[in-house]
Amino acid sequence: MSKIILTIDDSRSMRDMLRLALSETGFEVVQAIDGVDGIEILKGCNPDVIVTDINMPRMDGFGVIEAIRKDPLKRTIPILVLTTESDAAKKLRAKEAGATGWIIKPFDPVKLVAAINRVTA
Amino acid sequence: MDAMAAIRKTFFEECEEQLAELESGLMAMNEGTADRETVNAVFRAVHSIKGGAGAFKLTDLVAFAHTFETTLDYIRSDRLVATPDAMHVMLRAADVLADLVRLSRTGEPISASIWKQLAQDLEVLNPIEGASNAPSNAALAISVASSDDYQLNGGNEDFAPAMIDIGDFEMSDGIPDPVQNVFNISFRATPALYEKANEPAFLFREFRRLGTAEINCRIDELPDFTSHINFGSHLHWDIHLTTEHPIADVRDVFDFVDGDCELDIVDVTPVSPADDEVVVTSDIDTRDEPVTKAETPSGATDALSEAPAVMAGVALATGLPVGLQDHKDKHESAREVAGGTTGAPSSSTIRVELERVDRLINLVGELVINQAMLAQRMIGAGFPSSSPVMLGVDELEQLTREIQESVMAIRAQPVKPLFQRMSRIVREVSDATGKTVRLKVDGEATEIDKTVIERLADPLTHMIRNAVDHGIESAEKRATAGKPVEGTVRLSAAHRSGRVVIEISDDGAGLNRQRILEKAKSKGLVPPDAILTESEIDNLLFLPGFSTAETISNISGRGVGMDVVRRSIQALGGRISISSTPGKGSVFSMSLPLTLAILDGMIVSAAEQTLVVPLTSIVETFKPPRETVHSLGPNASVVKIRDTFVPIVDVGHRLGFTTTPRIDRESVAILIETECGNRHALLVDGIQDQRQVVIKSLETNYGAIEGIAAATILGDGRVALILDVEAAVCATGSKLGHSVSANPSAGALLQ
Repeated sequence: MSKIILTIDDSRSMRDMLRLALSETGFEVVQAIDGVDGIEILKGCNPDVIVTDINMPRMDGFGVIEAIRKDPLKRTIPILVLTTESDAAKKLRAKEAGATGWIIKPFDPVKLVAAINRVTA
Repeated sequence: MDAMAAIRKTFFEECEEQLAELESGLMAMNEGTADRETVNAVFRAVHSIKGGAGAFKLTDLVAFAHTFETTLDYIRSDRLVATPDAMHVMLRAADVLADLVRLSRTGEPISASIWKQLAQDLEVLNPIEGASNAPSNAALAISVASSDDYQLNGGNEDFAPAMIDIGDFEMSDGIPDPVQNVFNISFRATPALYEKANEPAFLFREFRRLGTAEINCRIDELPDFTSHINFGSHLHWDIHLTTEHPIADVRDVFDFVDGDCELDIVDVTPVSPADDEVVVTSDIDTRDEPVTKAETPSGATDALSEAPAVMAGVALATGLPVGLQDHKDKHESAREVAGGTTGAPSSSTIRVELERVDRLINLVGELVINQAMLAQRMIGAGFPSSSPVMLGVDELEQLTREIQESVMAIRAQPVKPLFQRMSRIVREVSDATGKTVRLKVDGEATEIDKTVIERLADPLTHMIRNAVDHGIESAEKRATAGKPVEGTVRLSAAHRSGRVVIEISDDGAGLNRQRILEKAKSKGLVPPDAILTESEIDNLLFLPGFSTAETISNISGRGVGMDVVRRSIQALGGRISISSTPGKGSVFSMSLPLTLAILDGMIVSAAEQTLVVPLTSIVETFKPPRETVHSLGPNASVVKIRDTFVPIVDVGHRLGFTTTPRIDRESVAILIETECGNRHALLVDGIQDQRQVVIKSLETNYGAIEGIAAATILGDGRVALILDVEAAVCATGSKLGHSVSANPSAGALLQ
């Protein structure tokens, strides 16, 4: 049974790279183009992991995490944040918002998959 | 193209969008019309470019974008004020970023000198407090992907949460290290760990790749099930790990849960040579709250978030992988639900290859011609116009026209990106000339055919350069003239009666007509004794080999004259004109067709040839009575229309179909107006029809002919030439000796 990964990123190339890396591993990939879209898509699917960007128009990654953690039906879904910096302050902010973990961009597909496996069964 | 190459292409397409976003955001900030979201969008644009560039290892681009982004972040967080000076640096930074993107795209070598200076300028802007915090380029925290870093083995395998014995597990990535480290790890999760959807059991699974682990779950704090349901964190673990990896790797396992757990890692490796035990204690718990908080019931609303903790408890108590089973069920249900929504999110736009659109446009063009032929044959077959067949043909005509318009609209694009490029030109030229010039832009949303926009870039660039370099005076001269020191160049686009009019105006000194005339005379472009009107002098600028500047500067020079500009505009079916007021500035006005594919035209016959006159230039048609036509010398004549005299142009003669002009026959006059407002009466033998024609380029199929804009295929299958009204009459309008009749090609082509 392949895992379902929801990726939320406003950048087309980043979405393509995520799709490539994840589907090659055998994950099923669902993609959203920004936070608002992500929350909308989440209404109709139950991903095993959500991978979200931080800087996005309409609703940013922090907003996404906050919304999901407030939703009694979705709050247990692990959320990995894509961040360009390994900056401790950024990680801390993501954590405070309720992120499960993070992936440093540009990501190594192997590490991405490892991070996903680290937060899912 | 492999997958990564395709993504790379997407990335650069995206970069263009981000750069446009950046440019327009910075312009808004510069003009003080930016709100918080604009600043955020500007930051996001640079951030996005950096993120993608990292994936393709474009190190210069990443480094510069990072510096730029840092400065923007200060502005975004109100730690830096966007002063005009700061904005100037950032606008230049946007230009450099665009350069870096371009170089990266083509894969040209990038010398650090093109961005280092500006990166420094950006860093100077940053507030002092930030200077120490801001990561320098050298310490840029971009991890370059390396696959040998670590590898997770069998990530999807089942696991027993209580006890993991992985003694016979082969490590795939361990660098042979004779030293076996032994760690005693004590781990206690806080409720926050579960709230963030982390699972201790998943973390412990990581130990498998590190070495051999013995994991004991301590359930002594687990409350009695029968007493009450308590949603808290009650489990803690003792782990005994034997690994070749250093302590940092072990700590790394807990990276995600740092701060949400109480963790002790004690190095208990027996040290053989010295025999004295070195104990390294690592406590990465940064929380101040006591762990007892975990015991506090966090309320029924938190029930679901705490569920995994209870699950883990049950699993451990029974020794069954209940947690895993639960997750498997979840997958199945998720799969079912997701089945319908797995596709890409719906979007209101699609991206289409331009070739497909062009093929469609071509086909529609053929359809229009075919429809016209069909209609003509129907009439030829004698169907009365009220017959059902003819009504159907009429409807078909309307539908065809609508399809054509819709297809054309696909190719239409706003001029905004083009105009944005011009602001860069203004910045560059004003910097190079030491002038302060502001570009004001109007009508950015005006849409024109994509090809027209593309082919406008060069002429527009040239004219903008001219406006700044030659048009706008130096600051001293402006001050003396009582003008604001800052010059203004205005660029506007607007739809006007089926065409797009683009105007470039400056508030400079205006054209120096005396000097232009002297120059033209000294270059032999006009006879020394010629007396020219102001408008004629202005138009001398468009003559080949004319340059007003005393020395060709490397800014406006570049070997391109205004004649090339005019030719480019004319090749697009456009017209260009100048008007200038001494001391007030000049206006260059270009009128362009909305599309290059179709044209509303009047089908006329002249000297037994069928020609098409573009409808946009026609004012009226009339039959000139004999007595209103007056000869003006042997070869010229004028016609009197409502108290004004208008020069007559015999189209047949002008294009070389006949050798002598004649007005003696029954002829029809078409009153046309040129871009500069001059009126001429075109003399033709008769008017056949008025219809939309599909433009077929003469240049690609035959060659350029002065006086002829293009050709078309009529309903009866005949080729008809489309008259370039401007060129045809300009030959008479000015006394510059250009005569279309000297070119026999038009006549030759049709015979």
